[in-house]
Amino acid sequence: MTERRSYDAVVVGGGIVGLCCAWRSAQRGASVVVLERDEPPAGATRVAAGMLAPVGELAFGEPELLKMTLAGAERYPDFVAELEAASGVDTGYARHGALHVALDRDEAAELRRVHELQRSLGLGAEWLPPRRCRELEPGLTPSFNGGVHAPDEAAIDPRRVTGALLAALAESGVEVRSGVEVEEALIDGGRIEGVRTAAGEELRASAVVLSSGAWSGAAEWLPPEARPPVRPVKGQILELRSPDGEAPCERILASERVYLVPRPDGRLIVGATTEERGFDATVTAGGVHELLREAYRLLPDVAEMELVEAMAGLRPGTPDNLPLIGRGALDGLILACGHYRNGILLAPLTAEAITALLSANPVPGPLAAAQPLSSRFGTHMRPKGRSQPGVVA
Amino acid sequence: MRIELNGASCEVGDGATLADAARAAGVAAGARGVAIALDGEVVSRAEWGATPLPEGAKVEVLAAIQGGSEGWELGGRAWTSRLIAGTGGFRSLEQMELALEASGAEIVTVALRRIDPDAKGSVLDVLDRLGLFALPNTAGCYTARDAVRTAHLAREAFETDWIKLEVIGDDRTLFPDAVELLDAAETLVGEGFTVLPYTNDDPILARRLEEAGCAAVMPLGSPIGSGAGIRNPANIAIIAERAAVPVVLDAGIGTASDAALAMELGCDAVMAASSIFGAADPTAMATALRLGVEAGHAAHDAGRIPRRTHAEASTPEQGTPDLS
Repeated sequence: MTERRSYDAVVVGGGIVGLCCAWRSAQRGASVVVLERDEPPAGATRVAAGMLAPVGELAFGEPELLKMTLAGAERYPDFVAELEAASGVDTGYARHGALHVALDRDEAAELRRVHELQRSLGLGAEWLPPRRCRELEPGLTPSFNGGVHAPDEAAIDPRRVTGALLAALAESGVEVRSGVEVEEALIDGGRIEGVRTAAGEELRASAVVLSSGAWSGAAEWLPPEARPPVRPVKGQILELRSPDGEAPCERILASERVYLVPRPDGRLIVGATTEERGFDATVTAGGVHELLREAYRLLPDVAEMELVEAMAGLRPGTPDNLPLIGRGALDGLILACGHYRNGILLAPLTAEAITALLSANPVPGPLAAAQPLSSRFGTHMRPKGRSQPGVVA
Repeated sequence: MRIELNGASCEVGDGATLADAARAAGVAAGARGVAIALDGEVVSRAEWGATPLPEGAKVEVLAAIQGGSEGWELGGRAWTSRLIAGTGGFRSLEQMELALEASGAEIVTVALRRIDPDAKGSVLDVLDRLGLFALPNTAGCYTARDAVRTAHLAREAFETDWIKLEVIGDDRTLFPDAVELLDAAETLVGEGFTVLPYTNDDPILARRLEEAGCAAVMPLGSPIGSGAGIRNPANIAIIAERAAVPVVLDAGIGTASDAALAMELGCDAVMAASSIFGAADPTAMATALRLGVEAGHAAHDAGRIPRRTHAEASTPEQGTPDLS
């Protein structure tokens, strides 16, 4: 006999985005269930460094993304305060700033170029000569050419945020079901009305939220035309631990090829490679070597640290690097995916957008450009003569 | 089943598509500047394979003339564009697609080590959609053995025996290791590969690679990704003058004038990657490089005036008719 249950929303995917969406929706009185194939924190959330760094992540030609990441960073302190109050869990949020260092003349030229872009956009970032950099971070390598200090950048521990979200969800009476795989969408006349799990259980819902990270584009339980254009982009990352429980730097440190994120408990995250290798999530000797070599060039103290873990995760990439947040290609399907490098940063804003969508309100301002409209992809990024599958025409 | 191909009757198999008609008309896979009309309607390249031919279909295969520049040959195949593009370092897939389209490139390199050819919705899908030839390279290899093994993997994965051979000496300069490079080139040529080696701006090594049977030589202008232009133009000119195989300037291009200079020095084509994807506006830089290559090629063929020390009035006074 098939068991049937009915919800306002079924959230498919228990990474930070799915959990945030569920929590915010439940706060608005919606009945929600989260289905996670694995165990939260799932997918990229489990391995993410948790940088909240719109200035350092800035790239040429991505003004829409900058608007989103700035809004996301601004939102974070309130989100953290509310979540910590609701859960009683410390999220490890630290607004300690970031220092991007140029290790030689070539890197200095490139860093100055990006710094000019940062300044032209009015972002908080200051060029510092080496001596000033080492006043901030005495552990830095003695020989380098200067750096850019971005004092407003922050970081958070994604695993702790997940713990806090799970506690807050439990408090709100939301079920988070681990080890549950979705097998089929229940579709009636172009409308998704729920999902069937691999165990044969049917979960009916007014809306199905797709927050399956890098797997969103390969969600075989959705018809092909409803799968959004999301691909996995592999990243390898390391966790080091200081013998004395004190991290070897106070703020995020970065060079052209590596970033280091200190945690309050003395751990140090070293990231990350970027590889187009499909769903391969192998940790390679070359990847680890490169990360350690570059970390050592930047901050020689890392040599003394314990290598706790080497991990690989899959970022959910989209063709234009912007997330996909909005109504999907089936009635009742809502997309909350494709956050690429910014899932931790944009999760709180995404959750607000999803609660708006669940109440049939429009996606709020900062994320308006994240709506999965096919016009967004122009005449490119789609099979010729056809519209891009997975988005609204 | 019979169709009409360019005005002549032609027999094709049942279930044949426009792609089969293109082959029957002698269009090489990946060749650009070709348009096909089915019963008077132009069909885009991406649809050729999915467009069935009805009995008696009228198919016109037209080779477009692009900017008046004649083609060139590499590895026994004809190409129109003289700009080869890389695919590493793009900021987004969309940006990569726009820039590659603007570059006009027909051949693009892909690093086997960094790109899984089976990954859906990724780099290879974009190249397929644009109809580009994906040329695998051995980037990241430091020994001949490693490069040969990577070439074997690339042949399996990309179903091509073309390989852009890179054997790197150290990771600070990324200069080629001449000894390992020649060793790997000889092995791969012996195994039937079409070998396109990234080499130093050394005319003797270039000649040795050519003698080993490489299909081209690809001398560097300056270190990979440096954007430092062509540091030894005289050597590039010597290589281009003496080579019997195509010479492709590889590495060091920073901007359009570098690409133009390479062509003026007698290169057959130019390879660019970092200069495109590192630019603030990659699409605009791709366009600029395409035009730079065309300009330099035209200038090379035009026969420039010699450099003089002193002025020479462009309108000589002697012998000028007095029209007043």
